[in-house]
Amino acid sequence: MDIYLPIAEISVNALVIIGMGALVGFLSGMFGVGGGFLMTPFLIFYGIPPAIAVASSAPQITGASVSGALAHWRRGGVDVKMGAVMIAGGLIGAGLGSGLFRFLQDLGQIDVTISLIYVVFLGTIGGMMLREAATALLDHRSGRKRAARPRRHNPLVAALPWRMRFYQSGLYVSPLAPFLLGMAVGTLTVIMGVGGGFIMVPAMIYLLGMSAAVVVGTSLFQIVFVTAATTLLHAVNSQTVDIVLAVLLLAGGVAGAQFGARVAQKLPGEQLRLGLSLVVLAVAVRLLVGLTWRPDEVFSVYGP
Amino acid sequence: MRRLVALLFLLLAAPAAAQQPPRLIADVSQSRIDIEYSFAGAELLIFGAIQYPGGRTPEKAPDIVVIVRGPPQPITIRRKEKVLGIWMNVDAVRFETAPGFYAVATSAPSTRLTDERTASIYELGLDHLQLSPASGNPPEEIRAFEEGLLDLRRRGGLYTEAAGGVDIVEKVLYRARIALPSDVPVGRYAAEIYLVRDGQVQARAAREIVIGKSGFERAVYVAAQDHELSYGLFAVALALISGWAASALVRRN
Repeated sequence: MDIYLPIAEISVNALVIIGMGALVGFLSGMFGVGGGFLMTPFLIFYGIPPAIAVASSAPQITGASVSGALAHWRRGGVDVKMGAVMIAGGLIGAGLGSGLFRFLQDLGQIDVTISLIYVVFLGTIGGMMLREAATALLDHRSGRKRAARPRRHNPLVAALPWRMRFYQSGLYVSPLAPFLLGMAVGTLTVIMGVGGGFIMVPAMIYLLGMSAAVVVGTSLFQIVFVTAATTLLHAVNSQTVDIVLAVLLLAGGVAGAQFGARVAQKLPGEQLRLGLSLVVLAVAVRLLVGLTWRPDEVFSVYGP
Repeated sequence: MRRLVALLFLLLAAPAAAQQPPRLIADVSQSRIDIEYSFAGAELLIFGAIQYPGGRTPEKAPDIVVIVRGPPQPITIRRKEKVLGIWMNVDAVRFETAPGFYAVATSAPSTRLTDERTASIYELGLDHLQLSPASGNPPEEIRAFEEGLLDLRRRGGLYTEAAGGVDIVEKVLYRARIALPSDVPVGRYAAEIYLVRDGQVQARAAREIVIGKSGFERAVYVAAQDHELSYGLFAVALALISGWAASALVRRN
C-alpha cells in the first residue's frame, strides 16, 4: 500500500512505516524509553531525508510519551517542580539546537554530525548498560548479593550554588543542575530527533541522585513538553514536519507501546536491560559501519 | 537566452535550407499531473505527427528527439572523502540551473543524430546539459561533480536517456513514453520535440505540463508552508490526543 508523503515528497509503503512505528513502539513500551533513538535511524535507513526524519519523529515521541507520563502521573511518579526546571532548560536547549542544526546544514556536515553523536552516545550508554546488566545477571545466577552502592551526590553537582528542595525527588540541590541537564538534552532532541530519555534517565539516577520512583515519570513528563516544542520549532523554522508520516508512525507506535508494556511485565528486569543494551549497541555499530566503510555514493545533492 | 539563441539559429538556417522544412504537431497525454496520496509515479505519453510540405513523405524518416524537462533548481553537490577514518563531506560545487527532472528519448542513438555544437545549443542529451556551475573550482573538478550529479539522478530515475525511445510509424506519426518517478519535483515542465535531419534541427514544438500536488496533499503542503504555527500546533495536538486516547483505551480494558 503506497502512500505519498506531501512534505517528504516521496512515496512510501504505509505498512512498512506503520510496522516500523509498531516495532519501535513495542521496544519503547518494553524498555520504558521514547524510542526516538531507533525511529530516526530506521527512517533514514528507509530513505526518508534526514531533516524530515528528525522533525517527523518528534510528534511520534510526544504521542508515545504521553500515555507513559499519564500512567506515572496517576500513581504520583512525576516530580512536577523538577520537571518544570528541566523543561525550562530543555526549551532553551531546543532553541540552541535549532540554530546549530541550521548552521551544520549550511556547512553540509549535518548528516555526519548526527551519525557521530549517535555512535558516541549509543555506544557509551549501551556499553554501560550491558556491563551493568551482565554483572547483575551473573550475580543473580551465583546467588551473590552486592551491597547497594551508597547514593551520593556528584561533587560537581554539589558544588553548584542556590540550593533548592525537591521533595518528591528527595533532593536538596541547585536547580542549575537539572536546568543544565535539560538544556543539553533539549539541544540533542532537536539535532538527533530523540526524546532523550536514554540519556536523561541514567543522568537523573547517577548524576543527580534522584529517587528511583520518580525518575522515569519525570523524564517522560519533560519529554512530552520538549518534543512538543521541538515539533513547533521544526514546523516554523524549516517546514520539515510531515504530518502524514507522523500519523503513520503514531498509529503503529502507540499500539506497539501498549503491547510492549504488557510483555515487559512478564520479563525480569535484568534480561530487559540486557536486551535493550544489545539493541542500542547494534544500532551504534550499524551507524559506525556506515561512517567508516566506503559509501556506495560519494556525491550527494543538497536541495534548492 | 537559450531560446533566443535557438530562434536566431533557426532564422539563420531557414534561408539556407532550399526546401521548406516539415512541421511538427505535438500533444501530451496529460497537461496536468496531480500528485495525490496514492501517487507512485506516472507515465507521460508524448505523441504527434510530422507534416511534410506538400504532403510528400520522404524516403527516409527523419529523427525525432523528445525531451521532458523539469524546473531548473539551484543545487549544491557535495563530495565525501575519508577524514580520520570517517567519510564526510569535504568539497562542494554549486550548480545554478540543474533541472529537477530531465528525460530524453530519441529515435536513434543520440551521438549519430547531430554534431556536438547542435546538441549543446538544444541541450540534446544528458552530456549536453548546461548546469551553470557557480563555484570557482578547476574545470576538471567541476566535470567530476557533474558526472556525480548525472550518475546520482540517473539511478534515481530523475535523469533518463532512452535511445530508441521514440517510435515513428509510417514516417509520420511518432510517440514516446516518459516515466516519472514518485519523487519527481513539482513545478512547470516543458515537453520539447525536435525534428532532426542531416544533423540539423529542422522543426520543433513544445508543450507545457504542470505537475502539482492536489487535494489533501496540496492542502497539507500549503498549510505547512503558509500557516507554519497552526500546522505545528495541529501536529502537537494530534500527538497528544492519540497518546492520551491509547492510554484511556488500555485503562478501560
